[in-house]
Amino acid sequence: MQYNWDWGVIFREPYQEWIISGIGWTISVSIAAWILAFSLGSIIGILRTTNNRISRRIATVYVEIFRNIPLIVQMFLWYFVFPELLPNDAGMWVKREMPMPEFTTAAVCLGLYTASRVAEQVRSGIQSIGQGQNNAGLATGLTTVQVYRYILLPVGYRIMIPPLTSEFLTIFKNSSVALTIGVLEITAQARQIEEYTFQGFEAFTTATVLYILVTSIVMILMRVVEGRVSIPGMISLGAK
Amino acid sequence: MIELRNVSKWYGDFQVLDDCSTMVSKGEVVVVCGPSGSGKSTLIKCVNGLEEFQKGEIQFDGISVGNKKTDLPKLRSKIGMVFQNFELYPHLSVVNNIKLAQLKVLKRSKEEADHKTIQLLERVGLADQSLKFPAQLSGGQQQRVAIARALAMDPIAMLFDEPTSALDPEMINEVLDVMVELAKDGMTMMVVTHEMGFARRVAKRIIFMDEGRIEEDCSTDEFFDSQRGVRAEAFLSKILHH
Repeated sequence: MQYNWDWGVIFREPYQEWIISGIGWTISVSIAAWILAFSLGSIIGILRTTNNRISRRIATVYVEIFRNIPLIVQMFLWYFVFPELLPNDAGMWVKREMPMPEFTTAAVCLGLYTASRVAEQVRSGIQSIGQGQNNAGLATGLTTVQVYRYILLPVGYRIMIPPLTSEFLTIFKNSSVALTIGVLEITAQARQIEEYTFQGFEAFTTATVLYILVTSIVMILMRVVEGRVSIPGMISLGAK
Repeated sequence: MIELRNVSKWYGDFQVLDDCSTMVSKGEVVVVCGPSGSGKSTLIKCVNGLEEFQKGEIQFDGISVGNKKTDLPKLRSKIGMVFQNFELYPHLSVVNNIKLAQLKVLKRSKEEADHKTIQLLERVGLADQSLKFPAQLSGGQQQRVAIARALAMDPIAMLFDEPTSALDPEMINEVLDVMVELAKDGMTMMVVTHEMGFARRVAKRIIFMDEGRIEEDCSTDEFFDSQRGVRAEAFLSKILHH
């Protein structure tokens, strides 16, 4: 294979700057999407465990729609189709005046998609606790909301830390789909460097290493969190 | 204090409770026994509204449990309940398990709740375990904490749903001792259990259930002096003869 290795390319301007800005966008899209995914996903997941049939139904429909359409299709739908479905003024606003349209769309789309997956983790986390704890709380006179607030959620989120860590890592990797609607995140930048310099190996290796770096940091952080909130005397809550 | 009138309950087509009527007066200890699947746990859970029932009426302290307008949390705060699997909150220390509902339901001050909690832990003999977490305690200790948690609400009656069934044999007595003390103090108690020794010692009445029906409802003496029916006879011979 004839290939002129040149690792220096990633440290030369403007490429170094592209890489830095790329990883910056990756992290920004991911974190914005995660905030949305975690909050909305928690709400939807909790609704799926309640006794109210209507709210359960709504939550189920949400989960089934968002997790069953490929992410890339959802990205296109939000970016190209959604503004057309809005009333004229609103559609215009989304297309012309919404700040950072690609970034916002990508973060919202990735957030809504991941929320459906988070919701399932939240639901299974809460359901793994069992009816007994719920009954115990209710029997002392706590209301259903209080039972969730003081018993089911504190225990449930502890059980959920490992699967939620997975989702958080996945969001970083999925953020690369945002390049399809023009967010210049790290994968897009790597491609761009390849097009300008033909140094594709260096560019994509850099992107790969940066992804691994970011996800490793996330993993270490989550491990610290897990240790901090672990319950004395319990090896694994899930194995109850 | 607890009055059940013609209570029936179905899971789909399957009838779990069939026209059950009985009552527990103030200060009375009533033991509910019967083979597994006879509906005794379901019956006791209907008393504080943890299970719904489709027909009949249950009154607790003059308040209808099945009435949709009844403030169930308020009603339940007056009824202590102890479960087969203890159901302590795993993420809270012993003290906080007992304090939670005092703070959130009764709105006691921290000092009041602390005071009450220490008192109760002494009563069940676990004052030295207060800072531990449930998973660090033995089954018998956990169940005693669960009793303390229920008593912390100053209940006017206590429900026990097979409180010793999940315990190792050597721990059963420490829990029964606490329950006997409670009975002696005049607590109104409805106890689902197979502990016939306990029944004989403290129960005023025995209710025997089979296939969702109350088959026997008589005084403890009558029940043990073989005035019982055929099914109760068969049940007793199964649990007493080994």
